[in-house]
Amino acid sequence: MARTNGAAATNGTQVTFLEAIKQAMFEEMERDPTVVLLGEDVGVYGGAFKTSEGLLERFGWERVIDTPISESAIIGAACGMSYLGLRPICEMQFIDFIVCAFNQITNFVAKGHYLWNAPAPMVIRGPSGGGVHGGPFHSANPEMYFVHTPGLKVIYPSTPYDAKGLLKAAVRDNNPVLFFEHKFLYRRIKGEVPSGDYTVPIGKAVVRREGRHLTILSYAAMMHTALEASDALAKEGIEAEVIDLHTLLPLDEETILNSVKKTNKCLVVHEDTKTGGIAGEIAAILFEKAFQDLDGPLVRVTSLDTPVPYAPTLEEYFLPNAKKVFSAAKELARY
Amino acid sequence: MKKELTRQQYLDLYYYMRLNRAVEDTMVKLFRQNKIVGGLYSSLGQEAISVGTSYALEKKDWLAPMIRNIGALLVKGVPPRDIFMQHMAKYDSPTKGKDGTSHFGDLDNLHIVSPISMLGDLIPVMVGVAMAGRYLGQKIVAMTWIGDGGSSTGVFHEGLNFAATQKAPFVLVLENNLWAYSTPVGRQVPLENLADRAKAYGIESYIVDGNDVVAVYSAAKEAVERARAGEGPILIEAKTFRRLGHAQHDPAEYVPKEMRSYWEARDPITLHEKFLTSEKLLDAGGKKEIEQKLDTLLASEREFAENSPLPPGELAETGVYCTGDECHKIRAKWERPIAEVTPPKSSVAAVWTIPGFGSGKGSGGANAPIHFGDTQTAVGKPASEAKSANDGKPVAKVAVKAAAKKTAKTARATASRKARR
Ligand SMILES: Cc1ncc(C[n+]2csc(CCOP(=O)(O)OP(=O)(O)O)c2C)c(N)n1
Ligand SMILES: [Mg+2]
Repeated sequence: MARTNGAAATNGTQVTFLEAIKQAMFEEMERDPTVVLLGEDVGVYGGAFKTSEGLLERFGWERVIDTPISESAIIGAACGMSYLGLRPICEMQFIDFIVCAFNQITNFVAKGHYLWNAPAPMVIRGPSGGGVHGGPFHSANPEMYFVHTPGLKVIYPSTPYDAKGLLKAAVRDNNPVLFFEHKFLYRRIKGEVPSGDYTVPIGKAVVRREGRHLTILSYAAMMHTALEASDALAKEGIEAEVIDLHTLLPLDEETILNSVKKTNKCLVVHEDTKTGGIAGEIAAILFEKAFQDLDGPLVRVTSLDTPVPYAPTLEEYFLPNAKKVFSAAKELARY
Repeated sequence: MKKELTRQQYLDLYYYMRLNRAVEDTMVKLFRQNKIVGGLYSSLGQEAISVGTSYALEKKDWLAPMIRNIGALLVKGVPPRDIFMQHMAKYDSPTKGKDGTSHFGDLDNLHIVSPISMLGDLIPVMVGVAMAGRYLGQKIVAMTWIGDGGSSTGVFHEGLNFAATQKAPFVLVLENNLWAYSTPVGRQVPLENLADRAKAYGIESYIVDGNDVVAVYSAAKEAVERARAGEGPILIEAKTFRRLGHAQHDPAEYVPKEMRSYWEARDPITLHEKFLTSEKLLDAGGKKEIEQKLDTLLASEREFAENSPLPPGELAETGVYCTGDECHKIRAKWERPIAEVTPPKSSVAAVWTIPGFGSGKGSGGANAPIHFGDTQTAVGKPASEAKSANDGKPVAKVAVKAAAKKTAKTARATASRKARR
């Protein structure tokens, strides 16, 4: 069965994941003067990963703001800016540092609309994830801290097409959106993006590969691992339906349930650690809403419940990979 | 130095302090009748700070109150009923019962940002408000308050430092009431004057007698004007005393008696009233008139509040997300030509650019490693050479250094020595 990348990609160009993000910011800033970018080294240097290269030169120092190393101040100030109708994008130099601003995000930014009717249209984005030997403080997947916070939206894309379209949608959304960019994908993944303006709807999962024997749910870098495993499974006659969640909050329950009702089996792959990962939430949803449809246990292939270790051998052991997904899926298919 | 005010201004300051106290007195009654849902905090004896500082703002300016700044809300135009209903968790309260106390705001009309309980968090948020106002050309000033205790938080530092680097039109009022719950200021901050913290950010600060409303107003007015003129953020330390416990539940037995009686003799309302009487700005008749006006106002406001129902339970489920334009039309109010911040006009060379640095050259660029973008060896000029082109300093438009002008040291003179413990 054919894979789909979710894109109506015609007349587009092949760009890296990183380039897609850069394009999204560039185009949104070009389109809307209320969009500003603030973060550490985003201006002169163009960002630690060069995601904002050229933006300062194009949009000037009032819109591309190099900040002190003060994550709480970055988030807090962006929130204040949003109250006057701006749509700030905050860059966390590495997403690991987002927890330094945890209070600003979860208590200030997330609660404003509910409590006092104050929307905070802002995006918080930054490089996340492991597999690049960044060690315990430069490899985090902190998405679930925020998925547990009503008032936020949480996005974690896997393709250049989605990264660009979702980031644009995030900028235009009236709510605070967290946008995680898996740094492993930055320059390793290329994909087609259309030449014109487009957005990808937040909260809508995408079926990457159709199948009937089991459903594999994943997102971000592990999406590619899941697809790799599904190719191997196909060779053994196991047809996995692979779904890219890409928005974790709000979660697209409908797409998940529709697929599991068809395949009757579900495996979740995520790079986040196991306990408290999104797989647990998905298990609960399936128990509540698809209990009768399940022909097997929900299977989780995740990282270990440890900090992300540094040594390549340790990290490799720590992370899920296609082999682990393959054997878990094979076992589940046989169940 | 205190400013000369008009008769009306002197009387306004008096009226708002009386209103502040009367609103809080009413809430104490409501509290004793069990009509207030949560805790009740008091600004007894600190009214001159809330009123004097907020009175220095213009209508378009933004403020964010802390829990003891009911007076600032009143000056900004919040009706007392809203404050009563917030405390009573009523359906008609600004947050419809979703939050209490001074935790509410008004983006569209009054320009008030709601506080949250976490101390200090308002500081960076109001810095953002100030920056956005400047960006949109609105010429606004943003103001918020912090306690002596709250000035120990990390966000206080992050926020003020960021404000300073950005020269944001921001005024921070530090209410040093000598206590942070049961902890005396000396164990919060090892400084005689908390205003000294401003030195660390290279910004201007004033010290003012927080129980002298005219002095507070004068300092605030000067600070607001300077911030508006682009001189950068200013910190005002107002020396005062928390006359009651941390909240209603706290008898504050840890406060030395002499300290309390010293400050009770320096009640800001009594002091200002004495001044008004001696200057023949207020007589017994005038005072009576104000009191009657307050009585009538608060009786009807209280009645309205008491008659409002509690919110229906189902309300709890609503409003977590903004659902789009039909929920909120988000529009920035531009008061400068947008062309100034859009290409081609905005696409100036970066003000910070120094030769041999930035624009990706020698800093990795497309070939940067997958993580740490800066681990490659730089090509191009050695740093020493690049430096000399510009005295080694980036030419920042948002210069960090505070303006050298020291004109408004004046307010400092009014700081009563005795006001310190
Ligand atoms: C970050 C944070 N930690 C603890 C508290 C609990 N708390 C509320 S008020 C307070 C004391 C505040 O003292 P100060 O800042 O001097 O203000 P004051 O009460 O004197 O007005 C404390 C510890 C809080 N609200 N926020
Ligand atoms: Mg205090």
